Amino acid sequence: MALAIALVLLVVGSVLFHFLSPWWLTPIASNWTMIDDTIAITFWVTGFVFVTVNFFMAYVIVRYRHREDRTASYEPENKKLEWWLIGLTTVGVAAMLAPGLFVWAKIVDVPEDAAVVEVIGQQWHWSYRFPGDDGVLGTVHSRLVSDDNPFGMNPDDPAGQDDVLIASNELHLPLDQPVKLALRSKDVLHNFSVAQFRVKMDLVPGMVPYIWLTPTRVGRFDILCEELCGIAHYTMRGHVVVEPQETFDTWLHSYPTYAETLVSVPGNAAAGEAAYAVCASCHGAQGQGNAALNAPKLSGLDDWYMARQLKYFKTGVRGAHEDDTYGRQMAPMAMTLANDAAINNVVAYISTLPDKPAALTIDQQVSQNGERLYRSCGACHGSNGQGIQAMNAPRLAGMDDWYLATQLTNFKEGIRGAHAGDLYGPQMGLMASILAQDGAVNDMVSYLNTLGNAQ
Amino acid sequence: MTGVAHDETAYAPPSEVPEEELYHPKTFIGKYIWSQDAKVIAIQYSLTAIGIGIVALVLSGIMRLQLGFPDTFSFIDPSAYLQYVTMHGMIMVVYLLTALFLGGFGNYLIPLMCGARDMVFPYLNMLSYWVYLLAVLILVASFFVPGGTTGSGWTLYPPQSILQGTPGSNWGIILMLVSLAFFIIGFTMGGLNYIVTVLQARARGMTLMRLPLTVWGIFMATILALLAFPALFVSAIMMLLDHTLGTSFFMPAIMSMGEQLDYEGGSPVLFQHLFWFFGHPEVYIVALPAFGIVSDLISIHARKNIFGYRMMVWAIIAIGALSFVVWAHHMYVSGMNPLFGFFFATTTLIIAIPTALKVYNWVLTLWRGNIRLTVPMLFAIGFVFTFINGGLTGLFLGNVVVDVPLSDTYFVVAHFHMVMAVSPVLVIFGAIYHWYPKITGRMLNDTLGKFHFWATFLGTYAIYYPMHYLGFLGVPRRYYAMGNTDFIPESAQAVNASITIAALFVGVIQLVFFYNLIVSYFRGKASGGNPWEATTLEWQTPDTPPKHGNFGAELPIVYRWAYDYSVPGADLDYIPQNQPPKQTSQRDEDAQ
Repeated sequence: MALAIALVLLVVGSVLFHFLSPWWLTPIASNWTMIDDTIAITFWVTGFVFVTVNFFMAYVIVRYRHREDRTASYEPENKKLEWWLIGLTTVGVAAMLAPGLFVWAKIVDVPEDAAVVEVIGQQWHWSYRFPGDDGVLGTVHSRLVSDDNPFGMNPDDPAGQDDVLIASNELHLPLDQPVKLALRSKDVLHNFSVAQFRVKMDLVPGMVPYIWLTPTRVGRFDILCEELCGIAHYTMRGHVVVEPQETFDTWLHSYPTYAETLVSVPGNAAAGEAAYAVCASCHGAQGQGNAALNAPKLSGLDDWYMARQLKYFKTGVRGAHEDDTYGRQMAPMAMTLANDAAINNVVAYISTLPDKPAALTIDQQVSQNGERLYRSCGACHGSNGQGIQAMNAPRLAGMDDWYLATQLTNFKEGIRGAHAGDLYGPQMGLMASILAQDGAVNDMVSYLNTLGNAQ
Repeated sequence: MTGVAHDETAYAPPSEVPEEELYHPKTFIGKYIWSQDAKVIAIQYSLTAIGIGIVALVLSGIMRLQLGFPDTFSFIDPSAYLQYVTMHGMIMVVYLLTALFLGGFGNYLIPLMCGARDMVFPYLNMLSYWVYLLAVLILVASFFVPGGTTGSGWTLYPPQSILQGTPGSNWGIILMLVSLAFFIIGFTMGGLNYIVTVLQARARGMTLMRLPLTVWGIFMATILALLAFPALFVSAIMMLLDHTLGTSFFMPAIMSMGEQLDYEGGSPVLFQHLFWFFGHPEVYIVALPAFGIVSDLISIHARKNIFGYRMMVWAIIAIGALSFVVWAHHMYVSGMNPLFGFFFATTTLIIAIPTALKVYNWVLTLWRGNIRLTVPMLFAIGFVFTFINGGLTGLFLGNVVVDVPLSDTYFVVAHFHMVMAVSPVLVIFGAIYHWYPKITGRMLNDTLGKFHFWATFLGTYAIYYPMHYLGFLGVPRRYYAMGNTDFIPESAQAVNASITIAALFVGVIQLVFFYNLIVSYFRGKASGGNPWEATTLEWQTPDTPPKHGNFGAELPIVYRWAYDYSVPGADLDYIPQNQPPKQTSQRDEDAQ
């Protein structure tokens, strides 16, 4: 009896949970409402079976519970009943399968007017490529991928010269324009997934799978990687912004074409020296840093990293948070650099300064805990803390330990990295959560101190 | 048997093969350690599988702590989390469920239920266990090598499984692959045995269509395993070569950590095809024995013949055959040619039909029965309920367009745990409560058993039912932490926390079961030879527990099918399979 009641309560509870709980499909933002419809059909068919069969079973358990004076009936089989049940089940299955295949035929068939965008995945970032004015994506090859050619462009392909390269986790798409997303991976399997779009697909190195959709709602949606791609899988996030054509065009034109990236002028160290005078007052003439002024060592820092951070300070992506005291001091200083060229010049000058290991200020016994914690960091920053440009991860070893500790705390508390314009900061925020425990930051930084001035 | 006037041989066709000679060891070690007795080997298999399964259970508890309460437990970092996820899955699917159903229940029940003295190749059978143990030890060793176990997910997808950036990509993955290879070698020795025993060593009169469904389920699962495991075997070997010798079976030209690697021309999707060509039949390798066992539990404890026996047998065969043409439904979003979607969605939904028929027939077996709600029966009904739920969500994931939004989310995790974790485990519990008296001669404690059932049945539903809704929301699986994700409401974290609490509860409750197993072994009520009044041959042995050779001096002769319960006119509500028909009986033919 208790069992029959439990079954009935479980069925009723499940149905109530379904209708009353706030958790259901995210409101859709693409043309694939037919997918939602098929889910609804499937839900009703399976829900009917779930309720009917379980209620019948509960009834049977009560009705035919054991009694000494009862004998079970002896009926080895009932062909007619069994064929009826098979027939009804087949009808139910067909009712789900037929619309499913019908919709799949549409998903497989990319419309001719679909624009093409390439989505590129790597451990653990997204980037994108638009075909440019000619509407054709230039050829690429994974063997061509390098720090100087992160998109792996074929320099000899004329079709690739006007390709617009989006070295950012954020993708913009025009509203109501069908788009085919060609999916390419540089390293391992990834999966491009936007819950609001419904369709998703793996990125597979060596091939280019695709999906297509028409964005139907303006908004900013999360992109998640949904194919396990290593330890930082859960931080492989991006955003897709759906917006009207005009704003989309403006956004697209703010990114360089492949040809433009080739002609960018390298920074001029001589020109940068004068600008560096402002920096030197805190960071020191040799870029050696000054702990008393909370100015970290700059010499030996990767140039691409410095350029990115200076731009962040200039645009308020970094150094704007009210709790970021020292960042707020840095922000107006970065304003003294008028443009990208000035930034590149000063970075070029800093790169000429002698790289001496920073003084150790966190004097702590090196613990196994620090080494264990660093395993996660090393996946991007390198096992020797040397920094890996391809991973967008700057050098850590030989830099100021007190500064690293401050920044890790800032990442952990959302003071740094939480800004929407910060490409890789949110990822650090997610990773820094492994340092939740008291003392974890110092343990980890102490371990870094043992790695010396690794390059 | 004597004094019956009519011709009994009509009911018991002559034996096809002569009785086998058994090796009779003299020493304790020969009897219980290097034993060739299938029953001892079954216990060895079961204890090893349960032992390693407990490790996997603990890992899942730690994993749930991280998901339920992120930023709380500093000893769980992203590497450790992925390693726990991976080992939990691999151990549960292969080293626990496959080994326990086939190596454990298969070894114990096949000879007894077929009426054989032992497996036909006892020495090979012994070897099978020791190779399995070796595989388990290699697996355990991978926890202690530099870098720890592999953290590439139980699917071990290359390229990431053998590259930097994934935990255990040096030694962990090598030991994993070597362990799998040994597991498969060990299993093949056992599996050949089970098949040949069922085909060749059945008692006189035990036709295939008189076999209990338990044997049918295990038999068919073994055939599937012998055909499916080689695909995993070759993919393990090929990945080992990719990793150690630099071949490129699964590795295209790629980068890793900013460096170009030397691989060229391989295909990651090829691995997935091979893996799932094994992996999908694997679902049925676990499910079919569970189907068979639960059919017998329901029939025995409802005192009624299984409804539609022949359909049940054909459904097992149909499911087994179809399970080899549905594998790519695990790969709808893998980047394979999307046209495959039409084929695999169709085959996958077709397999629902024989599966649904089995569910109907279980419920129809209860219908007009005389249901004894014993502990095995509670677990059997709990299984039917859970399996209905898990089977129905399979219709979501099998249908390609519905799968796409749900793929790689918690919906998938909830579905396969319902259908492939909770369902078979409920059957395993039911089966242990059912056959423990035969194995030990003592009953398990009924009160503890009922408590164990209710806590496990309701607890697992509290874990997995709400989890589907995280999947509908789009919460991805294999995420160490969600952080702030705009489309996932705060309340989702509350669901995760409640799931963790339920999971820890269910995990701890299993101690009651183990306590019951141990205490009842010494103090349980004596069971007698046939406490459930069942018809099948294992309950008709002269000794309980059965001695080596199972049936004493004379092998039984089988006159009827396994389901003569509540036969009109019979003295008792069950007629053992080896009881000769009486001339006076109103109904004396079997279902043949």
